[in-house]
Amino acid sequence: MKRLLTVATASLMAASPALADLVFPDLSYRTGAYAAGGIPFSDGYQDYFTLLNQRDGGIGGVMTRVIECETAYDTERGVECYESTKGEGALVYQPLSTGITYQLIPRATADGIPLHTMGYGRTSAANGDVFSHVFNYPANYWDAASVIINYLLEENDGSLEGRDITLLYHNSAYGREPIRTLETLAEMHGFNLEQLAVDHPGQEQGNQWLQIRRSQPDYVIMWGWGVMNQVAVQEAANIRFPMENFIGNWWAGAEHDVTPAGMDANGYRALNMNVLGDLPVFDEIQTLVIDAGLAAGDGSNLGSVLYTRGMYAAMLAAEAARTAQEIHGVAQIDAAMMRDGMEALNMTNARMDALGMPGIGPEFAVSCEDHGGTGMARMQQWNAEAAEWVTLTDFIAPDDSVTTPLIMEDSAQYAAENNIGSQCNPS
Amino acid sequence: MPDQLIFAMEVTLNGLMTGVMYALVALGFVLIFKASGIFNYAQGVMALFAAMTLVGIQEGRVPFAHLINEIFGTDLHYFGWEVPAFFAILLTVVVMIGFALFVQKFIFRHLVGQEPIILFMATIGLAYFLEGISDLMWGSEIRNLDVGLPQGINDAIDEATFNIFGYGFFIDNLDIWAAMIAAVLVAGLIAYSQYTKNGRAMRAVADDHQAALSVGISLNYVWVLVWSLAGIVALVAGIMWGSKSGVQFSLSLIALKALPVLMLGGFTSIPGAIVGGLIIGVGEALFEFAIGPMIGGATENWFAYVLALVFLVFRPQGLFGEKIIERV
Repeated sequence: MKRLLTVATASLMAASPALADLVFPDLSYRTGAYAAGGIPFSDGYQDYFTLLNQRDGGIGGVMTRVIECETAYDTERGVECYESTKGEGALVYQPLSTGITYQLIPRATADGIPLHTMGYGRTSAANGDVFSHVFNYPANYWDAASVIINYLLEENDGSLEGRDITLLYHNSAYGREPIRTLETLAEMHGFNLEQLAVDHPGQEQGNQWLQIRRSQPDYVIMWGWGVMNQVAVQEAANIRFPMENFIGNWWAGAEHDVTPAGMDANGYRALNMNVLGDLPVFDEIQTLVIDAGLAAGDGSNLGSVLYTRGMYAAMLAAEAARTAQEIHGVAQIDAAMMRDGMEALNMTNARMDALGMPGIGPEFAVSCEDHGGTGMARMQQWNAEAAEWVTLTDFIAPDDSVTTPLIMEDSAQYAAENNIGSQCNPS
Repeated sequence: MPDQLIFAMEVTLNGLMTGVMYALVALGFVLIFKASGIFNYAQGVMALFAAMTLVGIQEGRVPFAHLINEIFGTDLHYFGWEVPAFFAILLTVVVMIGFALFVQKFIFRHLVGQEPIILFMATIGLAYFLEGISDLMWGSEIRNLDVGLPQGINDAIDEATFNIFGYGFFIDNLDIWAAMIAAVLVAGLIAYSQYTKNGRAMRAVADDHQAALSVGISLNYVWVLVWSLAGIVALVAGIMWGSKSGVQFSLSLIALKALPVLMLGGFTSIPGAIVGGLIIGVGEALFEFAIGPMIGGATENWFAYVLALVFLVFRPQGLFGEKIIERV
């Protein structure tokens, strides 16, 4: 009997999730066609949690644990990763893929586990009244489209009337996201919008750039990821398209997107949702994580665009966990509490300063209705000579009068299709 | 002349150039299939591996640095020297020959006489192994590849066509180089297989390896030879494609573009790979130009296969493939 009890207890312990830590799964991609973007983001995401463990003993006295699962940017593998890790006590998922996000929204909502899709995923998830477990703060795709157009309006004395703008997009759920917003903005501001799709992975774009060469648009906006970005910048240089009139979104503005084209990439512009530069927190990561041999990668990505963004994502997750601990008065929070923490998150400049990341993003506060943040982003430009991004602007606000109705319309449609009532004011 | 016709001519020319790039990948498949009956699924990954090795040698990187540092606690990344492109290419060729020896000694030597599907599956395993080794050896980051090939619009063609049509055609200098290199490569391969002892041995093995064995031709030697040649072709393809996008994982996916070329040109014909590549290149470019805008664009990937399937229906062995009739 005693032996039976011992076996049963051991089995139960093995089957139960470990409760002694805060679990943050990292659905990363270090292999496959998109690894060049996935690696630095994942390094930044993991290194920040390691820093918290090393420096602070975790969050609120509870150590954090990152479970890394390789998705290779493949939706099916992403879902498998989710299913295989959710039982570990996962607090929040950051899939870094719009395709995976779309598949996880109904699953995670049913499981009561929040998703943080920072600057990607389903844009209308910003409406928390419909998407109770999805958060896409601090900005989403439609914000990005609107910020780019606002920036171009500023550059063109407030008018884009009669201008020709081409959208070059990755032919996927991700790439197609901004189309609706840009169509609305084209109608509103009187510019002509041409759309050119590029198939996965984006290695071949010759025909698209011949078309651009023929139509000679004033601007080309790119919604690319992976090899598509590097090829596009090179092709733009090949046809001598003015590089300063070629603008990428925030997933088309990393160092590795421009370096293969060498000096030809000089002047290329791209959005960024976070600041770049020598943040004080980097010194701590260098000392306590990288030099201590605890880094997720080899440490060479520290401070790069996507490393910084991954670290920013981890910081937002950690701050939401801290908020959840305060709300519920317990250190060992679960996914439901984490969701509450995310919904009550208030990022202030003072807090970002205290964390050693002054102004890494805009100030924003999340609410039950608004899961999307302010949507602000900066414009940056590549200086090939110095091999660095130069920030051109402060945070630029999107046009909420355009994006909000679109978000409301799309989320209402989703709610109707899935029979979802108001999540903030349930009747 | 109507603008659309002029544009179509430009698209056709660019399609031909793209077709040459496809053919460069397809050539590697043909070489191995012709000599051994193996459909080498790993050909795309070989292009990636060759290009990564080339850049690694050029930059003086320490292979397996991450692994070495992890095991011995060192901080090695570079040897501290840089190798000129020409010598780096030569050294990469040596590596690819070494790879051919490895493949033959440890894999295919043990699979002689097995069903084609077994050999095919072995190449799938090889592809994933090579992919992992490439990552382990050189890392997953994007590497810049510069062997001195010019890129960008060819001004002479631009100017000449402008004088004729009032519109200058865009042709990438890199594509012109690729076409010239492909021509030299094909001519060299044909001459090698026709006029050298080794080439004749390759052809003999391709025709009937049992008969070739009976007259004293070493199957092992010939297979190492064709895998080495396929490795060199993979290196050329890797250089051309890698110059456009940097060297990164997606290079391995270019193999997918070689499949319709092979379906169309036949698996056993070197000229077939070239002609197939050109037809696919032009066909998909013209379809994207004429029909693409009406149906949302991005038609290149699937239309290449549609085109190949159409050819397959009428000529299953491909344009230049050998018709096989088996009598019972």
